[in-house]
Amino acid sequence: MMGRLLDGVSKRVLIGLFTVFAALIIAPLFANDYLLTILILILYFAYTGQAWNIMMGFAGQLSLGHAIYVGLGAYTTAALYVHFGIGPWIGMAAAVAVAVVCGAIIGFLAFRFGVGGVYFAILTIAFAEFFRIGFDHFKWVGGSAGFFLPVANYASNDLWNLRGNPAMFYYVLLAMTSGAFILCHILLRSRMGYFWQAIREDEQAARALGIDTFRYKMYAVVISAGMTSISGVLFAFYYNNLFPEQIFHISRSIELILAPIIGGVGTLFGPIIGAFLLTGLAEALHEAMNALGFDAPGAKQVFYGICLLFVVMVLPDGVWPPLKKALRLNPHESDRGKS
Amino acid sequence: MPAEIYLNVAVGGMLTGLVYGLMALGLSVIFGVVRIVNFAHGEMMTVAMYIAVVLFSAFKLDPLVMLAPIAAVLFVFGYAMQAGLINPFITRPEHSQFMLLIAVAMILVNTLLIVFGPDARSVQTSYSLDSFQIGPLIVDATKAYAGGAAIAFALALFAFFRFSLTGRAIRACADNYTGALVVGLDVKRLYALTFGLGSACVGAAGAMLVMLIDVTPQIGPGYTLLAFIIVITGGLGSMPGALLGGVLIGLTEALAGLFFTPSAKSMFAFALLVLVLLFRPQGILGKRLA
Repeated sequence: MMGRLLDGVSKRVLIGLFTVFAALIIAPLFANDYLLTILILILYFAYTGQAWNIMMGFAGQLSLGHAIYVGLGAYTTAALYVHFGIGPWIGMAAAVAVAVVCGAIIGFLAFRFGVGGVYFAILTIAFAEFFRIGFDHFKWVGGSAGFFLPVANYASNDLWNLRGNPAMFYYVLLAMTSGAFILCHILLRSRMGYFWQAIREDEQAARALGIDTFRYKMYAVVISAGMTSISGVLFAFYYNNLFPEQIFHISRSIELILAPIIGGVGTLFGPIIGAFLLTGLAEALHEAMNALGFDAPGAKQVFYGICLLFVVMVLPDGVWPPLKKALRLNPHESDRGKS
Repeated sequence: MPAEIYLNVAVGGMLTGLVYGLMALGLSVIFGVVRIVNFAHGEMMTVAMYIAVVLFSAFKLDPLVMLAPIAAVLFVFGYAMQAGLINPFITRPEHSQFMLLIAVAMILVNTLLIVFGPDARSVQTSYSLDSFQIGPLIVDATKAYAGGAAIAFALALFAFFRFSLTGRAIRACADNYTGALVVGLDVKRLYALTFGLGSACVGAAGAMLVMLIDVTPQIGPGYTLLAFIIVITGGLGSMPGALLGGVLIGLTEALAGLFFTPSAKSMFAFALLVLVLLFRPQGILGKRLA
């Protein structure tokens, strides 16, 4: 098993991965609270981006409404916890189930009726917006006034109930991100992964070769939805408050997909690199603005937008593919066989 | 409630819908020819609305009179954006184009936020409270003027695409990209022209909409979504479809606001979109794409 997992992965990549992983494990020992919060944010975006990437990067189905799965995951576990006292780990199973059903419905409707490309992307936005407004009027979970979890006691860590200090959340997220990375690595080299890539490159050709494209596109949506909902669970227990206007909003969906697009769509390292770069950039801009005493609202976002513009114009495939070349990593390793 | 109220609300909704339709027409024209989904559409309209607000508050210029100049400014903006930014992205994958326009939208919204601040602005003309009475029907004067201007602008655009040589050349690009290149059309320039025309629609719609609603820098994304809904309902790439979709959405929103709570009104618009996408993905007046 272990041998197959590492099959074809070059030594340089392994050493690099191991170094980064080790650095991340010991990071909380050195980081202050501020830095830890940023690292949590980075891991959150890396994990969610990885989940989105399965659908878009592997199977080529552009979802612009992934906030729907984050929101459903968050609300499901939070509601079970507050109303019935059911803990987050059991709630997580329910959250995944809800998100999988929702993803299956969207996927089924879209793919059965042949909705694809831009139309599919806009359908996903429409569903997310529909849920946003729906939850605004869903009084059982607070409606637009928000839904609140009892605030954690930071003195002790209760992993079973996910009540604890940021370091605990950091390690849970690190485990999730690593798990997602390994899962995606396995998926990408599985039979299904090759089917997905065939569908991504040319769906008609894939179907002509006998791939049941409907079925494999459904698998991609369902796996991606289930994984994304888990980050919603973490979101709910980390922030302790949920507002439909925030969690289901289109800007949240966009935020989630920036990291994998900037990092490199369809690559394993893309979402992680993208999350580090974008979150780092946002924080650096924040610091720079503060240092310059320039605190007009929106100034930070203007620069952020300009940086995004610059990256998409200069690096059409994202940061990772050219970086991989520069680092002289084995081109056959794990990523899309485009290079 | 007397029956006239429903009728009044319905007519008001349809007139507002015509303005929505003009905005969506811009999106439809751009997508129909350049094959780019303009994710910064609502944000561009917000820019037009702020231009109208500034012209009105500083020089007392009526937005209806300034409609053409504002449309011209947006035309130049759109032309420059296509020529400078978007043309290199035509052959790139959808998510890459999406990123580009999202970045543009982010820059526009936040620049407006820096310049104008987060407060709502509006334009109150001398006739903003006037209304016409036609039988039992009471029609808001501003809405009537705006609806009429939207139809006039749309007709001018139809005529341009139908009869002028440039308009026909643009349609040729949309029908057959390679063919257009072969016969020697300057496709890049025509694309820029199309994006400019689409932006002019947004500019005109913004100048009218500013008389109907308050503007804040943050309303852009909502109108981008609204434009998507309208265009897909009516048929992506179909010009009459965009206007029809606008009227339908305007009507749906107005009636939903009356029968249910106003905050839930856009939920009905989204529900309509989902239904159309599922059962008639090409839209009401759209042609099925190969």
